[in-house]
Amino acid sequence: MAEDFAVRMVDITKTFGHVTANNKVYLELKKGEILSLLGENGSGKTTLMNMLSGIYFPDSGQIYVDGKEVVIASPHDAYALGIGMVHQHFKLVDVLTAAENIELGLPGGPVVDRKAVAAKVRQICERYGFDVDPDKKVYDMSVSEKQTLEIVKTLYRGANILILDEPTAVLTPQETEKLFAVMRNMRDDGKSIIIITHKLNEVLAISDRVTILRKGEYIGDMETAKADARSLTDMMVGRTVTLNIRRDTPIDPQRRLEIRNLTVKDAEGVTRLDSVSLDVYAGEILGVAGISGCGQKELLEAIAGLQGTVSGSSVKYRPTGPEGPAEELIGQTPRSIAEKGVRLAFVPEDRLGMGLVAGMTLVGNMMLKEYRSGKSPLVERRHPHDMAQKIVRELDVVTPSIDTPVRKLSGGNVQKVLVGREIAMEPTVLMSAYAVRGLDINTSYTIYRLLNEQKRRGVAVIYVGEDLDVLLQLCDRIAVLCGGRLNAIVDGRTATKEEVGYLMTYLKKDREAGA
Amino acid sequence: MTKHEPFIHIARRDGLAWWRAWLIRLAAAVLALLVSALFIYSLTKLNPVKVYAAMWEGAFGTPRRAWITARDASILLCIGVGLAPAFMMRFWNVGAEGQVLMGGCATAAVLIYCGRSLPTAALLGIGLVVSLAAGALWGVVPALFKAKWNTNETLFTLMMNYIAIQLTCFLVAKWENPKGSNSVGIINQQTQAGWFPAIAGKQYLLNVIIVLAVAVGMYLYLKYTKQGYEISVVGESENTARYAGISVRRVLIRTMAISGAVCGLSGFIAVAGASHTISTSTAGGRGFTAIIVAWMAKFNTFVMILIALLLVFLEKGAIQIASQFHLNDYASNVVEGIILFFLLGSEFFIQYTVRFRSHKNKKEVAPS
Amino acid sequence: MTQLISLLTSAIVFGTVILYGAVGEIITEKSGNLNLGVPGIMFLGGIAGLAAAFFYELHAAEPIGFVGLIVSFIAAVAASALGGLIYAFLTISLRANQNVTGLTLTIFGAGLANLFGGSLNALAGGVGQISVATTSRAYRAYIPSLAGLGRVGQLFFSFGFMAYLAIVLALAANWFLNRSRVGLNLRAVGEDPATADAAGINVTRYKYLATCVGAGISGLGGLYYAMDYIKGTWSTDGTIEALGWLAVALVIFATWKPARAIWSAYLFGVLYWAYNYITGLSRASIELFKMLPYVVTIIVLVAVSMRRSRESQPPKSLGLSYFREER
Repeated sequence: MAEDFAVRMVDITKTFGHVTANNKVYLELKKGEILSLLGENGSGKTTLMNMLSGIYFPDSGQIYVDGKEVVIASPHDAYALGIGMVHQHFKLVDVLTAAENIELGLPGGPVVDRKAVAAKVRQICERYGFDVDPDKKVYDMSVSEKQTLEIVKTLYRGANILILDEPTAVLTPQETEKLFAVMRNMRDDGKSIIIITHKLNEVLAISDRVTILRKGEYIGDMETAKADARSLTDMMVGRTVTLNIRRDTPIDPQRRLEIRNLTVKDAEGVTRLDSVSLDVYAGEILGVAGISGCGQKELLEAIAGLQGTVSGSSVKYRPTGPEGPAEELIGQTPRSIAEKGVRLAFVPEDRLGMGLVAGMTLVGNMMLKEYRSGKSPLVERRHPHDMAQKIVRELDVVTPSIDTPVRKLSGGNVQKVLVGREIAMEPTVLMSAYAVRGLDINTSYTIYRLLNEQKRRGVAVIYVGEDLDVLLQLCDRIAVLCGGRLNAIVDGRTATKEEVGYLMTYLKKDREAGA
Repeated sequence: MTKHEPFIHIARRDGLAWWRAWLIRLAAAVLALLVSALFIYSLTKLNPVKVYAAMWEGAFGTPRRAWITARDASILLCIGVGLAPAFMMRFWNVGAEGQVLMGGCATAAVLIYCGRSLPTAALLGIGLVVSLAAGALWGVVPALFKAKWNTNETLFTLMMNYIAIQLTCFLVAKWENPKGSNSVGIINQQTQAGWFPAIAGKQYLLNVIIVLAVAVGMYLYLKYTKQGYEISVVGESENTARYAGISVRRVLIRTMAISGAVCGLSGFIAVAGASHTISTSTAGGRGFTAIIVAWMAKFNTFVMILIALLLVFLEKGAIQIASQFHLNDYASNVVEGIILFFLLGSEFFIQYTVRFRSHKNKKEVAPS
Repeated sequence: MTQLISLLTSAIVFGTVILYGAVGEIITEKSGNLNLGVPGIMFLGGIAGLAAAFFYELHAAEPIGFVGLIVSFIAAVAASALGGLIYAFLTISLRANQNVTGLTLTIFGAGLANLFGGSLNALAGGVGQISVATTSRAYRAYIPSLAGLGRVGQLFFSFGFMAYLAIVLALAANWFLNRSRVGLNLRAVGEDPATADAAGINVTRYKYLATCVGAGISGLGGLYYAMDYIKGTWSTDGTIEALGWLAVALVIFATWKPARAIWSAYLFGVLYWAYNYITGLSRASIELFKMLPYVVTIIVLVAVSMRRSRESQPPKSLGLSYFREER
């Protein structure tokens, strides 16, 4: 019986510091099947697979490959066992050709026999229906070509067990279809495949079985044929947990931001945010839900003046309600926005790489947004000094002193410093991205409390979040993004977790849903 | 389950008490002097202690020697101070040599062409301005290309040095005096027009005063002004700078203008205040040495004073032992190199801890 | 025509010095290490070769040129590789800054070389300048029957063996980087050490080896300069340093391709010596002519950054250290 399994992972536990990423997780992969590993962001899917591919090492638990218990301490060990993983961030050298990347680091004669490599690559391609030009340079390849190359690379190195980490996140629907076709070919050839995903339609379309993780715990597995989108959503998001977050009814909400046709393309020309139209009201918390990378970052950065937009995009700021004067924010820089008197606070996702200067002290970081004020060429230190002291006192920031570089603070304290500074500017709009990611329970509640205070003060608060329980209990309305589009806006008080989870993964045809 | 973990584990330190850091540096310096002593002994069979004593004699033995040491250290310091803002911005300005020469050439031009017609005060005033401008120009050109096309600044500034060197050679040939000597000679030797005046009878006091003023000024600029604040934000993270509404390009260009200008000022001091002539040895490699001074001082201008003094002391001392013990004075570069190698290496032990860990302990910290 | 031949001949001699420096530096930089110690390494190679030949000629009753050649060649390679090892240890193992370490190596190498170059003879009890005539003759030996073939002979066959070795080394380096397995891995290390690491390449070992081997080759430039260019003597005028920086410039000009470095080196030589063959130049304008190699290098550098051609860029991780735990 046990020989039927290509891989069995039993009671796998992995912790990072105080965070338990996997808690006694169980996974089995049968020979010649496609298994979906399903779960929300942060449910521990990638961590689990990284232990199978030798990137991390489990704290406890056993791994069996072909029925035998094995120790996988490095990617090298994984390859020796026939396990290959395609990561979300491709590990390819840009200036080398496909064949060179495939051959990189392998043992062999002093000269790379390009013809032999190319022949073998072609053989793999023909067998499974890939399309790879061995002589093409990686920098000339599209994202999907690079992904194909990564898969061919793992096969070339003899992988029988393939792990694909969210392979479709970067693909168009057509490319996804193509990928699924070769995955089926590989399965029919006897390869065993694990696909990490949080898209339900893909689970249903491609996999034979599905294993579900939630918050680092193993929830269960089932035959895909017996599952449907509803049942999978239920297992993925779980039962609603009561968090006791306070939520007041908004008092006199006035329209403060009018977002119209906001479209953002990245450097490669891929549309990241697709004509989003949305209103943000003063005195309410607007939640933004979505799978990671669905345009949340672009939405906030475009409003803050940090992101180029496609013409036709517009964000109007109305400090005194819908009838009052308006300020167009698109086309401005963060500096000009501030100089026009728009008090826009922004708590970005990358706290130490964007919101704060890691090597500077608390006091130095307090100055970041206000150092320009005043005519003197010298920076004013008294006010930031007092401000740092006040934040440390009021938010219980644990730090040796206010002259400690913020790099040395723990994650929760870093976030308190950042949020504290942004609130101290007495904003009229407060945007936050993943404000409680990686924070402990107490600090998270401090952040919720601060956001609620701002809401009561009449600030328009935007909360981009990933935990649906929090979104549903903190926010007044929730905008659900899916693939860069606004899928729907739901009422935070009446929407259910399943509904939002569903909207995150299935794009509604009705585009007018929320606008 | 056993995991094959590296036997040696290197981890970043959380920060070391300043006195322990300096203790490590001191230990490195002592070690370097021991190695140098061994080197000197093997070469000359002389008692290294005597040699070091002779070096001290050479650098500080007479008031005049001490003043020359101070003069040369102050020029090295001035260049280092000029480099500090660029390095703080993480802009690799290795073009100080050229920026100094351009400042020197500009000063020499003023002294030569206006030496008869203008009084010393005016000559110094104009010389100061044009040398600042020349140095700034040499610094801004690579910055412009960096800002616009992200052209590698290390290589660009490096090449600018040699353009400046050839330009200097060109001017020397043009201005040579007397004809055929291939040197400019002492400019305005009779009139001393455009020379730094002696203060309180001390010929080089003005040099030292100016440089100390610049050093203090730069310290204050970097630490207390809005522009200095912008420089450190850009140096730490360009992303944060954009978030805070700082124009990275503007800061880049402005800072390199300042950096180049201060290096140009060093050329002004070297020509009008010290050698009263111009040649490629007006910079003489000090533009490169100053890079090391600025880097090792971690942009702290006061620490630079210490390092600049140490290096010039070595140089002067080596010249002394060279003449006393019939070596040539390149010995100083060898000792300098050895000391710098050790100091550079010592930074590792300040930044990192090395642990030899047992195989049983396999806790990992922090996810990637 | 005679003038042109003579210009090309001197350009080839000049180019050979910097070609060695550049080929070595290309191999080093392909591993991601920007070694600004090239001038220092060339100094080390030059003085080590010279000193070895000097002691051999001093102690041998009847010095044989060929033996002197072998001894000095080995000494030069060993000393410059050792210089590379100092740089590698500081920047790779002790994680010191590459630029600062390289500049220090240049100061150190120049000091050591000029110290011995200037006083070796005196230390050994001799009088006047150091000279290794016998060995130098061996370096400069050519086949008279071939060199006598008129202009062709003068242009192609009138050089010592090291001029040809430089071409062979450059072509070999080109083949090594583009065709061999180790060269492929090395390029990956310089481009993207994290990916190379994940592919099972020992990044540290590659960086060490590339830096030491590269330094060994660069040092031959100093040896050629001492033995052939200035005929087995020493001069403390700093020419090696200027040539060393030109070698760094040549790396950029050749856009990190050893084969391109061959003709580029000779072009630099032509640009450098062109003033000799243009009549009516003042001594001042000669100095402006010598600026040309650096000016064209800047133009190439800027053009490369503007065009963003992926094939002509510096190795992506050039100048950066790689530590696995900080990924």
